[in-house]
Amino acid sequence: MVKKMKIQRINAIVKKEMKKLTRVPATLFMALLFPLVLTGAFGLAFGGGNIAVDTTYTIGIIDLDNSAWSNLFIGNLSASNVISNQFYESNDTAQADLAQGKVDAVIIIPDKFGASIDSYWLNPLNASTWENTTINLYVDLGSLIVSNALPPLIQQILLTTLYGEQALSISQPVTIGNLSGVQASHNTQFDIMAPGMFAFAAIFLVLIVAEGFTEERTTGILRRIQLTPTTPAEVITGSTIAHMITGILQTAIVFFAAGFMGFNIGTDAIRILFAFILVSLLVLCNVGFGLITASLAKSLGSATGISFIFILPQMFFGTFVPITSDITKLVPSYYVTETLTSIFLRDAALTSEVVLYNFVIMIGYCVVVIIGGIVLFAKFGREK
Amino acid sequence: MKENGIKVVNLLKKFDDLIAVNDLSFEVKSGEIFGLLGPNGAGKSTTINIMTGLLHQTSGTAVIGGYDIKNKAHKVRELIGVCPQEPAFYPYLTGRENVEFFGNLHGMPKKFLKQRTDELLEMVGLVEGATRQAGKYSGGMIRRISLVMALINDPKIAFLDEPTVAMDVQSRRATWDFIKKLKTQGKTVILTTHYIEEAESLCDRVGIIDRGTLLALDTPRALMKEHGAKDLEEVFIKITGRKIRE
Ligand SMILES: Nc1ncnc2c1ncn2[C@@H]1O[C@H](COP(=O)(O)OP(=O)(O)OP(=O)(O)O)[C@@H](O)[C@H]1O
Ligand SMILES: [Mg+2]
Repeated sequence: MVKKMKIQRINAIVKKEMKKLTRVPATLFMALLFPLVLTGAFGLAFGGGNIAVDTTYTIGIIDLDNSAWSNLFIGNLSASNVISNQFYESNDTAQADLAQGKVDAVIIIPDKFGASIDSYWLNPLNASTWENTTINLYVDLGSLIVSNALPPLIQQILLTTLYGEQALSISQPVTIGNLSGVQASHNTQFDIMAPGMFAFAAIFLVLIVAEGFTEERTTGILRRIQLTPTTPAEVITGSTIAHMITGILQTAIVFFAAGFMGFNIGTDAIRILFAFILVSLLVLCNVGFGLITASLAKSLGSATGISFIFILPQMFFGTFVPITSDITKLVPSYYVTETLTSIFLRDAALTSEVVLYNFVIMIGYCVVVIIGGIVLFAKFGREK
Repeated sequence: MKENGIKVVNLLKKFDDLIAVNDLSFEVKSGEIFGLLGPNGAGKSTTINIMTGLLHQTSGTAVIGGYDIKNKAHKVRELIGVCPQEPAFYPYLTGRENVEFFGNLHGMPKKFLKQRTDELLEMVGLVEGATRQAGKYSGGMIRRISLVMALINDPKIAFLDEPTVAMDVQSRRATWDFIKKLKTQGKTVILTTHYIEEAESLCDRVGIIDRGTLLALDTPRALMKEHGAKDLEEVFIKITGRKIRE
């Protein structure tokens, strides 16, 4: 039976849910206060911190020189056991990969690199005869470690290349140019965590949705609604719209709280809008998980328990907990956090490959989960 | 059968081995107040739940207002108002908001909804209480707001499952007056009860039901006359050898 949905009904359900949000302290806390407190607390705890971790950095190299000197420099980069090289032909592809987090930094060795060093060795004491060049270094602005640790490291390797192992601090013909976007070196741990926090708040909607529906079922109010001409589609639509509103409020709260704690979301309205849309997809996904949970749960207690089956993996694999494993790709929050990091910290374009790819995955994920949730709930969720 | 009547034929409902409703057949005339009287577990609520489409019968038919509930439930729902035995409501909404919420689910025009809400709240004596959150209501207030929620859509057929349980004497009498008023408006009312007095003073006809089986059906007066009893309690004892409730 296909029946036209009635706005009046959906409207009534949305309003009812919003009243619940503002009047039931537990819901208000869970939905709005919790993200605010969390963001504030993390901002205080990690806003000024510094971190040091030993890892391997992948550096994209564009060798425009291809001389013996440039090969020596590249060889020295590889020889340091913290750097692995990846070669690019064009700056554009290298920059795109940097923006998407595939490489940690990009070095462009200019075509005069070898000639420059030769000119130095011809007359090391007369700087006026040197042919000066600049190596361009771009670093991942999304990583505090990379932006702080890499430039001096590369500087050191450059010195080794020029003078051999016992590099001295004497004037050199080749210097590293200004880091583009130097403010990135001010990234705190909090900045790096912030994208994960946007996702974090949305994840807890599973609990709110699952408990809400389970409670409505156990108190018999869902049956009562069933006795009116209201269709399941209208109930689910109304509730989903209400939770979308909640999710957007949450995101806005985290945005402002994070901004207040020093996170720079920038001023690009399109980017911010895109971020909201992305988080909205995550919200929708979690409403779907909530519906699935409510369909499976027999009681309020089991609804809470089952909710955490959806919450915990999303929390650990897809927010600010640094886990690098492919398992993270199973949870929707991963795609949101990863994309927001690309956009806000790595300055990736909205049209870049990784951003679009993640966006499409999120849409697909969302459609599957929400449809699954609706079907399950309509079938098993309303009566137990 | 007239427009707003009910016709139940050979209705059977099994829960696994338990026969909750056993081959029930009866008719309710349009504009009648019909009572199902029986002890706990008799099958009253199960019968109501089948007639309103919440439960599916094992076999038999129930036609409500001309529509078979089995395949025309959506049509039936435009005609009926149902007051469930367990009064479900939103504790965080006020009494009035609960009522208006259900009015909106019935698609009532805004102006009519407000007018009817005022009218019904007045009738059940909840005008002042209506601005408080229903979660803070007393048991009797909850029953009364639940009744208003059930009847907000001005239904042609009202199903009231134990409408006066937990009400004080005064509220109970007010509710009876209210139900009688529905009759004067030409509504069909089917209610369940285990209060003898309620069945006697309110119902045009009463079906006595026990262990899923309809034992007798007639006007209270005729039932008492037939069994030489002074009230319906005695009728029940004469038929079953037991009291309706201790
Ligand atoms: N969902 C169910 N599953 C199994 N058995 C049920 C179910 N609902 C009702 N029953 C059984 O069916 C029988 C009739 O129950 P019903 O609720 O219809 O009685 P009732 O006449 O309304 O009683 P009361 O006066 O206590 O409300 C009872 O034995 C009850 O245990
Ligand atoms: Mg009952």
